[in-house]
Amino acid sequence: MTNPLVEAVDASRRFSRKLDYAEKIANLFGAGLEEKTVHAVDGVNLTVYPGEVVGLVGESGCGKSTLGRIMAGIMPTSDGEVRWQGKSLAALQGDEKRAMRLSAQMIFQDPMSTLNPRKRVIDLIGEAPKVHGIVKGREVRDYVASLTERVGLDASYLDRYPHQFSGGQRQRIGIARALAVKPKLLVCDESVAALDVSIQAQILNLFMDLKREFGLTYLFISHDLGVVKHICDRVVVMYLGRVVESATPDELFDNPKHPYTQALIRELPSVTDRRRVFTPIKGEIPSPLHPPPGCHFHPRCPKAFDRCRVERPVLKKNGPGHISACHLNDLSATETKNATAETAI
Amino acid sequence: MTPVLEVRNLSTHFMTRRGVLKAVDDVSFTVGQREIVGLVGESGSGKSITGFSILGLVDPPGRVVNGQILFNGDDLLKMSPTAMRTIRGKRIAMIFQDPMMTLNPVLSVGTQMIETVQAHDRVSRAEARARSRDALGLVGIPSPEERLDSYPHQFSGGMRQRVAIAIALLHRPDLIIADEPTTALDVTIQSQILFEIKRLAAEFGMALIWISHDLGVVAALADRIMVMYAGRIVEAGQVDGVLSEPRHPYTSGLLSAVPAAVPRGEPLRPIPGFAPSPLSRPSGCAFRDRCARATDICATEPMLEIAAGREFRCFHPHLWSAA
Ligand SMILES: Nc1ncnc2c1ncn2[C@@H]1O[C@H](COP(=O)(O)OP(=O)(O)OP(=O)(O)O)[C@@H](O)[C@H]1O
Ligand SMILES: Nc1ncnc2c1ncn2[C@@H]1O[C@H](COP(=O)(O)OP(=O)(O)O)[C@@H](O)[C@H]1O
Ligand code: SF4
Ligand code: SF4
Ligand SMILES: [Mg+2]
Ligand SMILES: [Mg+2]
Repeated sequence: MTNPLVEAVDASRRFSRKLDYAEKIANLFGAGLEEKTVHAVDGVNLTVYPGEVVGLVGESGCGKSTLGRIMAGIMPTSDGEVRWQGKSLAALQGDEKRAMRLSAQMIFQDPMSTLNPRKRVIDLIGEAPKVHGIVKGREVRDYVASLTERVGLDASYLDRYPHQFSGGQRQRIGIARALAVKPKLLVCDESVAALDVSIQAQILNLFMDLKREFGLTYLFISHDLGVVKHICDRVVVMYLGRVVESATPDELFDNPKHPYTQALIRELPSVTDRRRVFTPIKGEIPSPLHPPPGCHFHPRCPKAFDRCRVERPVLKKNGPGHISACHLNDLSATETKNATAETAI
Repeated sequence: MTPVLEVRNLSTHFMTRRGVLKAVDDVSFTVGQREIVGLVGESGSGKSITGFSILGLVDPPGRVVNGQILFNGDDLLKMSPTAMRTIRGKRIAMIFQDPMMTLNPVLSVGTQMIETVQAHDRVSRAEARARSRDALGLVGIPSPEERLDSYPHQFSGGMRQRVAIAIALLHRPDLIIADEPTTALDVTIQSQILFEIKRLAAEFGMALIWISHDLGVVAALADRIMVMYAGRIVEAGQVDGVLSEPRHPYTSGLLSAVPAAVPRGEPLRPIPGFAPSPLSRPSGCAFRDRCARATDICATEPMLEIAAGREFRCFHPHLWSAA
């Protein structure tokens, strides 16, 4: 097997959460909110091989973006480490570090938030490759023009500012900008979430074409299982900072093991498979400030039993390329049935 | 039975510096009692402005320039601002994508709900509080009595949206207009809210206009669907019929563009091109630059055709065997 491109090894990231402005105001009115520590990413192991498209799914606040950032090397871990081509990011120095930084690029949901509104497209895309000596000063314009053409933007747009573009066009600018430094890994964080279905299809096709053309590797963060199923080679499901299941899309959809994954798949709204009845799982996503003990999912899990409330389940192999973290893995089929029946009573 | 809502030839325009922007252009539809109608379309197609027009919430430079909006038979466009305020909130309620459009961050949820009750009904504070508590319970908020004293920021996004729904339910309106209320939420939470809304609409006999750009959500929730493009409704009909046998090329284009429409890993099939700028729409059918079926005649205005409970505006609609 080839060597991994990037790996998270027991990686954790904690934030001590300060009160925001609105919460401070709420406190003036007696809300009594306090500062707390959030385990945004809690002991995650994730290996991404060159050329793979790995999807990262899970509910809002479960730590997808944080994991994406630490794997892209733009945010340090609190514990554990991230390895780039086998080397710990913390150990990278000088040129090696710079090269890594360029090799991993992030593409966000709202490209406006990362595009400087006072810069023209030519500079937004052309600056980094010029600074890093990827292209010579007088060749920048041609280089940028070839990139914008590649992502489906007319070269006549080079002298415009970002606000003069639609959401889909701005996303193309963001992609061209990432490509300009010849990356190996693209971390796409909800990159198509804000787009209408037709524009979303255009951008997803572009991602897939670029993968073939430039041999790119993707970590594709999305809350949309339909999108992830379509384009990913492997899907990783997170819940409250932890990986709870990972498998190929076909295996995950046909044979989900974790009760949370099962709920996600069941509740996915779909046009082709119309369903008039909703059977939602109960309960709210718990606050990451006070994650439930044991299995984080137990307060919402229809199959929870005593052990789930006290012991954290570890990831175990369910089959080739399929792992999940659920205590039901340790029970035989009949025991599983009984455990489920007990809670149903 | 008279419909709850009958919108006739509604046009809402924005008088911008660069010209007249026809956000909503000659839109007609009805919503029957207890009916759930989904309004779908790309961003900028006029969905929200349609909703705002019904509620009289269009601000200058926007203006309803033509049409009638009959609510239980009365034209809302002819009503006095006072009468309109009574209708809004009491008989028609709106739920927005961002629940903070409804909620005030510095007031406890209970205070806001009690004020909403007392704005339209002369009841004691204790009774208003009891009604607020019951409404929170109805939308699935645990320990509603205690939660009345919480502030919006002490709720998660999904919970806040439930509170906004509870507020919309306080007066048991005849019609709720919901503008992408689950778009920002996760699938499991979205599913809970769709489940509750569907149950409550049936229980209280409310009609619902559900605005969304997610065909999957509308497919699961609505009885009827209306597809909007460039300020117009281009197709409308029963959900099952429209989604399985679309007549308008734009509807079929939207359906083909979703990932599930092609085998895994194969290229998706987007609609070619982009929605026209609302200030410079082509004459005739606004979809014609992007339509594979377009011919010369499409440069003239396609009239509304009504056949077997289906409405569409197209010269060359898809034909299905039964049709
Ligand atoms: N800079 C930060 N400071 C404090 N807390 C943070 C910070 N960044 C993230 N968090 C917290 O860490 C947790 C995980 O956040 P993250 O942004 O990774 O979630 P996510 O899965 O990407 O969610 P979404 O789907 O909403 O984008 C959340 O509880 C979040 O509030
Ligand atoms: N306040 C405003 N001023 C000018 N144009 C507006 C205003 N609000 C909306 N529009 C325009 O009206 C059209 C329809 O908008 P909207 O109803 O919000 O679309 P949707 O909800 O379908 O995304 C868009 O072209 C939009 O840019
Ligand atoms: S470990 Fe227990 S609570 Fe967690 S998912 Fe499995 S059965 Fe449910
Ligand atoms: S009227 Fe013509 S251009 Fe418009 S949708 Fe029909 S065939 Fe296409
Ligand atoms: Mg995120
Ligand atoms: Mg809108």
